[in-house]
Amino acid sequence: MAAMPGARRPLAKSRMTIALPRTLVDKIWDAHYVADTASGAALIAIDRVFLHERTGASALKSMATAGRPVRDPARVFAVMDHIVDTRPGRGDTTTMQGGSAFITETRSAAHDAGITLFDVTDRDQGITHVISPELGIVLPGLTLVAPDSHTCTQGALGALAWGIGSSEAEHAMATGVLRMARPKTMRVTFDGRLSPGVTAKDMALALIAQYGSGGGAGHVVEFTGSAVRALRIEARMTLCNMATEFAAMTGIIAPDEETYSWLAGRRYAPEIFEGPYWASLITDEGATFDREIMIDASTLAPMVTWGTSPEQAIPIDGTVPQGPARAHDYIGLDAGARIEGTPIDAAFIGSCTNSRLSDLRRAAALLRGKHISPAIRTALVVPGSSSVKRAAEAEGLDKVFIAAGFQWRESGCSLCFYAGGEGFTPGSRTISSTNRNFEGRQGPGIRTHIASPETVAASALAGAIADPRKIAG
Amino acid sequence: MTPFTTLTSIAVPLLRDNVDTDTIIPSREMRSTGRTGLADGLFAPWRYIDAEARTPDPDFTLNQPAAIGAAILLGGANFGCGSSREHAVWALREYGIRCIVAESFAPIFRANCIRNGLLPIELGGDAIRAMQWHDVNVDLAAGQLRDGTVIHTFTIEPEPREMLLEGLDAIDLTLKQLPAIDTWTQTDRIARPWVYLDRPEKIA
Repeated sequence: MAAMPGARRPLAKSRMTIALPRTLVDKIWDAHYVADTASGAALIAIDRVFLHERTGASALKSMATAGRPVRDPARVFAVMDHIVDTRPGRGDTTTMQGGSAFITETRSAAHDAGITLFDVTDRDQGITHVISPELGIVLPGLTLVAPDSHTCTQGALGALAWGIGSSEAEHAMATGVLRMARPKTMRVTFDGRLSPGVTAKDMALALIAQYGSGGGAGHVVEFTGSAVRALRIEARMTLCNMATEFAAMTGIIAPDEETYSWLAGRRYAPEIFEGPYWASLITDEGATFDREIMIDASTLAPMVTWGTSPEQAIPIDGTVPQGPARAHDYIGLDAGARIEGTPIDAAFIGSCTNSRLSDLRRAAALLRGKHISPAIRTALVVPGSSSVKRAAEAEGLDKVFIAAGFQWRESGCSLCFYAGGEGFTPGSRTISSTNRNFEGRQGPGIRTHIASPETVAASALAGAIADPRKIAG
Repeated sequence: MTPFTTLTSIAVPLLRDNVDTDTIIPSREMRSTGRTGLADGLFAPWRYIDAEARTPDPDFTLNQPAAIGAAILLGGANFGCGSSREHAVWALREYGIRCIVAESFAPIFRANCIRNGLLPIELGGDAIRAMQWHDVNVDLAAGQLRDGTVIHTFTIEPEPREMLLEGLDAIDLTLKQLPAIDTWTQTDRIARPWVYLDRPEKIA
């Protein structure tokens, strides 16, 4: 049982100091500051490194070649999620040409380095950013890096967690630190109550649509406000997941009682979060940010992308605005077209954005007792982790999806991106609960519309982009 | 890492915003766990009419006769957004690109450039548009980019500047400060014991 640290008592006058109020990010930074470098950057301690088979073998092999051991293997984890097959009965073979080598080489490199690997058939296998919180590997106040841009997802637990390249991953594993300049900070406050049918995914898309894909450039974004506080932990992960689509270094949400209750006792987490340290992991009143954005959550509607960048997102009852000609050409929608009712060929529920149990429950609630449109050629549900899959099956969600016409898969990143091999029918227009609608992201010529799992489910039923608020669940 | 001092090259324009790393090197073009063999897949979706058959698209900027041997690429805003794959930078380097001049960069891509001797320069859109297809000279030590008679100054933080100029290996540099890291870690083990997972009570 989690216990919240005691209420903060007012400081006695004699103990008052003139310490300036600090942001949560400042506090985590200061707690991890090791030393300056000769050229004025800082060495920042890294508490956790997470690898996957897409980039993990590459980093570990490069270190082995250079004769550099992993400094503290107990704090480095790896999982098979990116290339691994998601069809039932999977093993090391994948439909991607040459894909097996990523799996087998990651396995042997992980073994040689002595790090913890969640292998293809492990009970705990799943998408990095789903299993790291599930297992309590990420914790409030920690620094965690992974060679994966969506590492920002894990900021939802109050950690400073961000994506890096392979060379930086090697650096963190070999030295225990990264060389960094102090990041700028931004506070995004969502106040007000979300309307029914509007989710964390829609909050993220609305922010990026309003301020642009480069809007958070290089900042650490702290999400706060009453609408953020009201989000459950899984929804907070969805919100933070999209910080990289905002060009932010990462997103973070200050931990609260819900965070600590959710994490307590998980395998790598403390049994109990007690004491002043955990209570200190908040932004002090009066702390200043380099930038502030305020959004009224009560005005938001379900969002869907119309183009080839996450910033090209509109409310589902909106019309396509004039954007870059290239985006209109690729996606095949002209300015002025209504997005609702656009026919689709495929539907995908999954990815580190929206593949957790609550996401699957909400989609299943709309699909229960119904069948997707005959116009849909491919419909997939890919649970975010093997443990999410088991939990969903225990509730019978798999049967709901299968009866509705969806395929029910093993966990992995799957068709969030196209690695070769398995793909959507060429030329497909997909509605997808993922994070990127780039040209070709889900396969050559595939046109992707990003939305919440609810909107994906509603659209799959209609065979066209549909407003989930109009479907009786 | 190859040091970056000065460079003169034709500046090839790719003046689009939000050029993403999935386009720079698609996942399906990352065919091994190594860092080489990637140049052929660089910009595959745009560079080829048929990526499988490797049929070049004559309209794509890098396929112009003037672009042969180019080492400077011009971009728009938020260049290198998307996936953290360092393969995007390895592919650019292997192809011969040593410098990208863009309105802004996605943060992970920018850090990857610096770790691989590829200089990212941020300039305004007007200056970038004015230099397309010109022979441009870059002098990192001086922080200057010369486009004919026009001289632009650019800034880059001291640490990346030094790493690029000297061609330094970041890990080697940091390992010189290992005593400080060890001291810090010993103190931190007491302050934050839950961080350290090799504690006896954690081993089942």
